[in-house]
Amino acid sequence: MSLTLDLPPSMLTTAPETPAYLPAWFADRQQSAWQRFLATPAPKRGDENWRFSSIKQLDFSAFRKAPASHANVLIARSTGLAAPAAKLIFVNDELVHVDSNLPEGVICLPLAEALVSHSDLVQAHFMKQQTRLGSAKFAALHEASLTNGLFVHVADHLEVEGTIEVHHWISGENTVIFPHTLIVTGKSSKVRVVDIFRSADAVQPGLAIAFNDLSAGPNSRLDYIAIQAFNEVSRVIQINETAAARDASTTGFILNTGAAWARNESLSRLEGSGSRSDMLSVSIPAHEQEYDQRTFQHHVSEGAYSDLLYKNSLYDDSRTIFSGLIFVDENAHHTDAYQTCRNLLMSDTCEANSMPGLEINADQVKCSHGSTSSQISDEEIFYLRARGIDPGNARQLIARGFSVDVVDRLKNEAVEELVLSFIDEKFSRIANGHG
Amino acid sequence: MSYDTTDVLDHETREAIDIDRTKGDFTFPERNKFDAGRGLSSKTVDYISDVKNDPDWVREFRHKALKVFQDKPMPTNWATKDLESIDFDVIRYYLSDGEKPKRSWEDVPADVLETFERLGIPQQERAFLAGVEAQFDSEAAYSNVKEELTKQGVIFCNSTEGLKEHEEIFRPWFGKVIPTGDNKFSALNSAVFSGGSFIYIPKGLKLKQPLQAYFRINSENFGQFERTLIIADEGSELMYMEGCTAPKFETATLHSAVVELVALKGAKIQYVTVQNWSSNVFNLVTKRGIAMEDAEVRWIDCNIGSRLTMKYPGVIMKGKRARGEVISIALANTGQHQDTGAKMIHAADDTTSNVVSKSISVGEGRSTYRGQVHIPKHLKGCKNNTECDALLINSHSRTDTYPAITVKGNRHATQHEASVSQVSEDMLFYMQQRGLNQGQAMSLAVNGFINDLVREFPMEYSVELKRLIDLEMEGSVG
Repeated sequence: MSLTLDLPPSMLTTAPETPAYLPAWFADRQQSAWQRFLATPAPKRGDENWRFSSIKQLDFSAFRKAPASHANVLIARSTGLAAPAAKLIFVNDELVHVDSNLPEGVICLPLAEALVSHSDLVQAHFMKQQTRLGSAKFAALHEASLTNGLFVHVADHLEVEGTIEVHHWISGENTVIFPHTLIVTGKSSKVRVVDIFRSADAVQPGLAIAFNDLSAGPNSRLDYIAIQAFNEVSRVIQINETAAARDASTTGFILNTGAAWARNESLSRLEGSGSRSDMLSVSIPAHEQEYDQRTFQHHVSEGAYSDLLYKNSLYDDSRTIFSGLIFVDENAHHTDAYQTCRNLLMSDTCEANSMPGLEINADQVKCSHGSTSSQISDEEIFYLRARGIDPGNARQLIARGFSVDVVDRLKNEAVEELVLSFIDEKFSRIANGHG
Repeated sequence: MSYDTTDVLDHETREAIDIDRTKGDFTFPERNKFDAGRGLSSKTVDYISDVKNDPDWVREFRHKALKVFQDKPMPTNWATKDLESIDFDVIRYYLSDGEKPKRSWEDVPADVLETFERLGIPQQERAFLAGVEAQFDSEAAYSNVKEELTKQGVIFCNSTEGLKEHEEIFRPWFGKVIPTGDNKFSALNSAVFSGGSFIYIPKGLKLKQPLQAYFRINSENFGQFERTLIIADEGSELMYMEGCTAPKFETATLHSAVVELVALKGAKIQYVTVQNWSSNVFNLVTKRGIAMEDAEVRWIDCNIGSRLTMKYPGVIMKGKRARGEVISIALANTGQHQDTGAKMIHAADDTTSNVVSKSISVGEGRSTYRGQVHIPKHLKGCKNNTECDALLINSHSRTDTYPAITVKGNRHATQHEASVSQVSEDMLFYMQQRGLNQGQAMSLAVNGFINDLVREFPMEYSVELKRLIDLEMEGSVG
């Protein structure tokens, strides 16, 4: 516990300092981001982007940056894939471990290092899009305060086998982290990255304001998987921006099992014809957890495809908000866009809010969205009971099957297994917590 | 290619449509004895109250509402910025010739009579309607209920008469389904309302014939603020139909109505609207019904005209097994924005609601669906089904969908589905193969798209509706 008298200054009132060894352009960006953070008004009740949200969760005044602690213990606990192509471990945004078997042609570096060694390349891609789903203020805070993260750049025509695995730990009470992930794929290349977010213990509140920026070059394939498994007293804002060039294919997946409150904002820009974006999410909130997800499928170019599938299984007094929008620009004819949000209601006190939206300005468009909220039917339980499975297990089995449906779309067995291990861990905690 | 160059419509239909086209587009010289002038202040409200000889509680109600209206911001945080182009200072809030509604067509002033004759109201009444109320600018020009209905205890009069002569029935429900502060425009209506219908159907009475109202704006820069309250007592049934027209003026006109329906235990209310305002009317209407145990409220709504329509008929299902339904068709042509939807508030166990919405965007028209479904956690067995389908005809047509669904607890089921499509080339090709030209094929496809909803409208309305839609589609193909 930190009982020292000179606490580090609050991250909300003191301008963060950019280390001197980082390039000047980056220092400029951080300074102007700080001004933007101060100038941008905080979200308030009545903002459409924050409809149904718990605005009170946005009081971050208690949180401060902290140096890494317990690094060795956390390195040992950073289990993931059996054989990742590279593995990086950050504790409180400090790199504590790195291990890489990546082929030549892939740049995979901590962002702080890449900013020095590949300054121009980072600058060309760093936070290019405008945050438009409500968290512009926090994106600015992130930009001003970030100190590290991951930078991946894959050369043209290079297909990376295997997966880059990154662990982000929060350690210590009221610690804030600003993990940043920037992935750029060249022409006809391929890469897959998994981010795993966890807390060092179960009782100390933490805060993560994370940003991942994915830029898929022509005909490339970019898969990004985020596993959010913080402790249940922490809060998260996670902003994703994806851009897909001609014939590129991107998959963005988020698993939410942890945190007291998580806000996900995912925006996919289909910039080239023939591009494709799969936006996937599984959330399993219990107790009083609240997940607030906002998505935007922006069809800039004609002839692109996007498909969104979000599934929530809600237990206890948990609450979810899904607000999605398919936005088809005026010239984006021949668009195929789909959006589905499904809520499985597992208790009689949970609450699911869905706002699936469409804005279509072109024709020759195929768009649909669907949203359902429902409980497991008695027939399904009866079917399983008739086969000797008790009702508790039957319900768990059906809820798991409901989630697995989304995980299957990751199309990589090792990663699916990893995601499922987090899902199963959550289900077993729910089962134990409920006798 | 357009209908002009095709023979998609036979001569007879074309003629019928040509009459339809100009039907609403005519005006008569204004002949107003009372005119509240332009702009809105507490003086305007007092003027209206004086002219109408309002009881004190109504005057007070109006003043409170004016305050609410002035304090509330425009809802442009979610709605279109076009709302800001309404200039509340040039609008005239009350116009009337100061005469009492007539009971017979012969007594109605000749020009007003001619207006309604051209709209075809008296003929329709003679044909089959049980009662008609016709409103010209602020006040009812004519109202009549068939005698036998009056004997059975049906009250059908304008709202001014309702609140004076039937206060004991009127007042307990007035402003209860839609409180003044519900939104900026319901507050505006509450401040300056005049006209509209008051209907009471006694216990157990099932009306076999529909009641009908026509609303007509005749004066430029005029705001029409009618207020309708319908109370269906236990076990009664009624269908109410309203039609709306206005001539084409150069400047914007405002229509902001409040309609409250009360369906007591086991009662059924169907409320049918065919709105064909001219394309400079801002049509900002608040409509809501409350359904008690086993009662049913259905809104059947068709929006073809206006510059901007914002209308989200709602049902509060307050008693067990109550049912709410909204069926709507919207057609947005160039220069029009149809922002319509539905609001379903479940407030008792085993309540069910259904929303089916179809929209067609033609030219540069924009149609929007906005919906809200709310199921709180202490309830069980609530069900909602929402379907919204949009059809885009031209490459600059636009459509949006913004539903919001809140479900608490696990004893309910909701489903929402929306799709956007255009008339497929295959479909057109198929029909053209069989000898239809492109215009005919398109007309057939569009009518097929809305056909299942059109059937929900009473017969003569559905014929009218198909014609109006054909007319709006004219020249949009090819």
